Amino acid sequence: MEVLQLLISGISQGCVYGLIALGFVLIYKATEMVNFAQGDIMMLGAYVAITFISLWEVPYYWAVPATILVMATVGVILERVLLRPMIGEPHFAVLMLTIGLGFVLRALAGAIWGNEPRALPMPYVGDVLRLGEVVIGYENLAIILGTALLCLLMWLFFSFTRIGIAMQAASQNQLAAFYVGIPVKRMFSLVWALSAAIAALAGILTAPVSLVDPLIGFVGIKAFAAAIVGGFGSMPGAIIGGLLVGVVEQFAGLYLPPGFSDMSAYVLLLVMLVIRPQGLFATMQKKKV
Amino acid sequence: MRFIRKTRYEQDINLIKHNGQVLWYGLLLLALFAGPLWLDRFLLGEFAFVFIYAIAGLGLMVLVGYTGLVSLGHAAFLAIGAYVHAYFLNQGLPFPVTMVIATLFSALVGGLIAIPALRMTGIYLAVATLAFAVIVEQVLVHWESVTGGFRGMPVPRPELFGVNFASPTVFYFMCLVLLLGSMILVMNLLRSPAGRAMTAVRDSETSAESMGIHLARTKTLAFALSAGFTGLAGALFAHRLTYLAPDAFTIITSIQLLLMVVVGGLGSLHGVIYGAIFIGLLPQGIAIFRDSVPAAVAQIPGLEPAIFGLILILFLIYEPLGIYGRWRKVRLFFEEFPMYRKATYKRQKSFLRTERLQ
Repeated sequence: MEVLQLLISGISQGCVYGLIALGFVLIYKATEMVNFAQGDIMMLGAYVAITFISLWEVPYYWAVPATILVMATVGVILERVLLRPMIGEPHFAVLMLTIGLGFVLRALAGAIWGNEPRALPMPYVGDVLRLGEVVIGYENLAIILGTALLCLLMWLFFSFTRIGIAMQAASQNQLAAFYVGIPVKRMFSLVWALSAAIAALAGILTAPVSLVDPLIGFVGIKAFAAAIVGGFGSMPGAIIGGLLVGVVEQFAGLYLPPGFSDMSAYVLLLVMLVIRPQGLFATMQKKKV
Repeated sequence: MRFIRKTRYEQDINLIKHNGQVLWYGLLLLALFAGPLWLDRFLLGEFAFVFIYAIAGLGLMVLVGYTGLVSLGHAAFLAIGAYVHAYFLNQGLPFPVTMVIATLFSALVGGLIAIPALRMTGIYLAVATLAFAVIVEQVLVHWESVTGGFRGMPVPRPELFGVNFASPTVFYFMCLVLLLGSMILVMNLLRSPAGRAMTAVRDSETSAESMGIHLARTKTLAFALSAGFTGLAGALFAHRLTYLAPDAFTIITSIQLLLMVVVGGLGSLHGVIYGAIFIGLLPQGIAIFRDSVPAAVAQIPGLEPAIFGLILILFLIYEPLGIYGRWRKVRLFFEEFPMYRKATYKRQKSFLRTERLQ
């Protein structure tokens, strides 16, 4: 029973990693850029939600969509101001740029909202669901259900809508997509909006479980490990990688000496890179000479 | 403007291209070796610090600037160098020996890390090194019998034949000589076949491989050398800190090292020095900045990393070639004075060729 309980808390933590990883993967797929600030955008999303709900006392059903909208706008602004000039630059330049962005966002959040951890009071916090002997907090359940719902929506969006298909085209070949009349740059803005919105959702879902402070964005590094374990550039891979990292972390926390829980995601990453460098769901291949 | 007429093939690989360089670099060396005459104690310490950074930067430049492999975890090698050095010093070994051990051990670890790293490029590698750095940090915290955990580890004073190497003047000269040695080593490396192979790997792995360059060997060598230099810098850094604790070697340190090579100018040894000066002076600059802005702004936690981040962003967008690139533009402007064309350094538009399966 203990195992099942651990599994569920691992899955709920893994869903958070998965959601952030999904944001990484979206941007990577569409623009071949790596956004290392994804975790910090999530942190920003959580703070915006706190501002709406705790400080301005906006009802939940308005606050959540408003947060997502605000963060989507932030995503577009970031893309237009910082990332647009970097199109065609080497990967690592963009990587460094977003690392720098992460530091700036962290200090910005600290300046606006202060450094003390804050709680996000959502209406479902505190209740638990009992299934036999297993106890699931509603906040964990919300994470799992929210992630599942989001995955379904994403799948529908990318498979059946015109914009979704155009986005796929832009991500597969920028030049060819441009030739057939897809506004590639606008697609990039849209992708950033989408991934910032997902990050905001991840922030809202995770805030009731862990308190929010400017440093929670460091979760992004673990989520990055998850994205690579899943095979960078694959959306189901991102979620599965996230779940894997979350579950492994929980079990390492119980069965291994202290310190291994924090390390487990990275150990998993290194092991994965040694035995299967392309990840679980490969989207890259080595160039052959 | 200087025109160099080449009459021998060796002129292409000579370290000294023309006599003007002898004059200027000679003057610079003279000024540096006369440092204790015109620098006070504080500035001597700061200069030594810049030299230490420059040694670490040389290591990172070999990897990032010349081999094109990005490492987000070089603080780990700095930490390994510092801890190994301090550990063996505490065991009673003389400090030149422990310094060599620290360098070699870091190089060995770097070579080992390269084994999984060989199979990946770009972001994968960056993240693998990041993961490695996090693991090293955790090991430093939890392996208390050796590292002292958060309590830290004292670094004994370096002494040899009754000379105290921790005194500002002696430490300054030690760092300067080690930097010059490393510099000459790297300059020679870069004109050797191994160094040329690294540059080829950076420019295109595919074409390098088809020219018969052994990718794995070149990358491993680059990693090991890079880690070795960084380990040496770590050993010197240990003396500067005098007390080692894991929080001196976090991801922020790694980013700082990377910031140094990017801001200095990737792919040039001048860039390392400019970057080291920049990073060495930045804390002073930030202190001045803190004094000159209202207290509410100065009290923001994480202000220092944020300024690092901002500078990084500005350089990447507006001057990707770094300080050295800017200097070259300025120099060209004066060399060609009325005829300077802005378009000379204009960046070409490029499309990204995907590495993914289609």
